[in-house]
Amino acid sequence: MAQLDLNSLSKRYGDFYAARDVSLQVADGEFLVLLGPSGCGKTTTLRMVAGFIEPTAGQVRLGGNDVTFLPPWKRNAGMVFQSYALFPHLTVAQNVAFGLEMRKLLRIEIDRRVEEALALVRLSGFGARLPRQLSGGQQQRVALARALAIRPDVLLLDEPLSNLDAKLRQEVRVEIRELQRQLGLTAVMVTHDQEEALTMADRLVVMNEGSVRQVGTQRDLYERPADRFVAGFVGRSTFLDGTVEAPGRFRSDGGLALTCTGGQPGRAALALRPERVEIGLVKSAGLDNSLPGTVEFVSYLGALIDIHVRLSPNDRLVVQVANRDGGFTPEVGQSVHVGWSASAGLVFNE
Amino acid sequence: MTMALAIIRRRARRWALNGAAAVALGYILMPLIFVIWLAFFRQEIPSFPPEGYSLKWFAAILDQRKFVDGFRNSIQVGVLATLIGLALGVPAALCLSRFQFKLRTPLANLLLMPLIVPGVVLGTAMYVFHVELEIGLDMDVLGTFYALVAGHIVIVIPWVVRLVTASLAGVDRATEEAAQNLGANPWVTFWRITLPTIRPGIVAGALFGFVTSFGNLEMSLFLVGPGRTTLPIVILQYLEWKIDPTIAAVSVVQILLIGISMLITDRYVKLARVV
Ligand SMILES: Nc1ncnc2c1ncn2[C@@H]1O[C@H](COP(=O)(O)OP(=O)(O)OP(=O)(O)O)[C@@H](O)[C@H]1O
Ligand SMILES: [Mg+2]
Repeated sequence: MAQLDLNSLSKRYGDFYAARDVSLQVADGEFLVLLGPSGCGKTTTLRMVAGFIEPTAGQVRLGGNDVTFLPPWKRNAGMVFQSYALFPHLTVAQNVAFGLEMRKLLRIEIDRRVEEALALVRLSGFGARLPRQLSGGQQQRVALARALAIRPDVLLLDEPLSNLDAKLRQEVRVEIRELQRQLGLTAVMVTHDQEEALTMADRLVVMNEGSVRQVGTQRDLYERPADRFVAGFVGRSTFLDGTVEAPGRFRSDGGLALTCTGGQPGRAALALRPERVEIGLVKSAGLDNSLPGTVEFVSYLGALIDIHVRLSPNDRLVVQVANRDGGFTPEVGQSVHVGWSASAGLVFNE
Repeated sequence: MTMALAIIRRRARRWALNGAAAVALGYILMPLIFVIWLAFFRQEIPSFPPEGYSLKWFAAILDQRKFVDGFRNSIQVGVLATLIGLALGVPAALCLSRFQFKLRTPLANLLLMPLIVPGVVLGTAMYVFHVELEIGLDMDVLGTFYALVAGHIVIVIPWVVRLVTASLAGVDRATEEAAQNLGANPWVTFWRITLPTIRPGIVAGALFGFVTSFGNLEMSLFLVGPGRTTLPIVILQYLEWKIDPTIAAVSVVQILLIGISMLITDRYVKLARVV
């Protein structure tokens, strides 16, 4: 395993940047997840690391060596493809052995490592089967075993779980993560599934429109999102558009005067996490902001309830409450009070 | 009540479909059946009902050198044209389906053209070309074995290109990338991953190419030289002055040969899957 460094990596098609100035450091043994909406350049970035796409600018360093212009077959990067890409005419064992044969290992060594890799993914005894005789989940594990067998410097996973059903996905997440830890793998995974990213990653990279927006741990991204995009993409936020009139004073477009922290005077958005906003029938003292409103919409999620509250003709807020016995149960049309402390709101200047 | 009606209707539809298929199949098979039947008639003039049955017409084939020679020629030409057709057609199919270039579509159409152009037209064109070549090179071209093979290559290629292109479309490009990711260079990737996947298409293309070459009459008429005629031409020439069950017997041998090669092919690649 090795460290992976991307230095200002860009890929341009015509004058469209599929990836722009992407710089990342992945430490030895770290599990990094690239997260972002569809088309933001995650796959492009991953494929530049694997060597399938030649970057327009920038550098890929693997274990300290510059591999930017090495072809895929000369890099020691193991990739798990979204469609698994198993060789249909080869058995499971032959699939796993392929990379080892390319490395010209002795037959006994190959057999031993195939056994070992299949055991790792709990598929011992399936070696003689053809890929089409396996379930989707098993195929996925063969693909993983095949990539692991070559003892890659870095493991690359492009949406490896997107073809599995919801329940299996949860299991495989944990499995992959445990394997990665146990083997001390340096891994980069791509996904657009927020929950998947949050449960698996050591650190996350949020991308949008080809660029990296923020790199950090789950907590970093959630508590201190770098910009409005991250605040909306990781976890959930409702945004009140308005102006910062003076430090600490925010006036929404609907005319609400609010207390906030941070922000430069000028146009801005105030982001609020739905679960950080309190709601009740009466005005609650001790909160920096407390406003009357009307319940407009309620969505019942089981453990949680989402309440959409109209604060002014221009301002609407989502509040999330736990569905507790004897807890607050709102009705549409009801008059309520919402409130939050100044530090719960994040200000993003435009 | 409505359910019973639905079942009846569904059955009726299935019967109609099977009936239509049976009629079509019968229509296709009828001539074959008659030819095979005829080959075993004892009398010389084909007339119904047969006076009796015999195998003597099969023996008669062997007595006539021109049938044996024609047979050998047809197989030689067919095998050689198929091999060269593969060597040209497989790379062509690869280029056509893997690379984007300006003349891609015209080129693809050109390679498939011999399937559509009538054999007589093709033969005439080839004939004229060979005459020109002969004048230009000042050496024998027309009527030589190689000129005949060259002509047959042209009608083999479309089958190879068509069937190989079809099977290339079924190759998951990600598997090729996976191979490269595991350390295989493009050359190894082709031999170990791509080729095995498109093998059914190649085998089927070769088979259909060979069968087309083996049965070709119109184009060959323009290209054969004296003493080097192919089987279909021998049959035609024989028919011009005599009709007896020998011809039927020759056809039976031909049908058997093609049938057997199809069966053998089918053991390795399911023809129903590629055609
Ligand atoms: N060969 C290409 N030519 C032009 N544009 C391309 C090419 N390949 C990708 N793009 C564009 O680059 C952008 C990034 O693509 P990429 O596949 O990296 O997205 P992604 O983040 O993996 O999205 P998804 O989650 O949908 O897989 C997309 O807008 C895509 O349309
Ligand atoms: Mg992608």
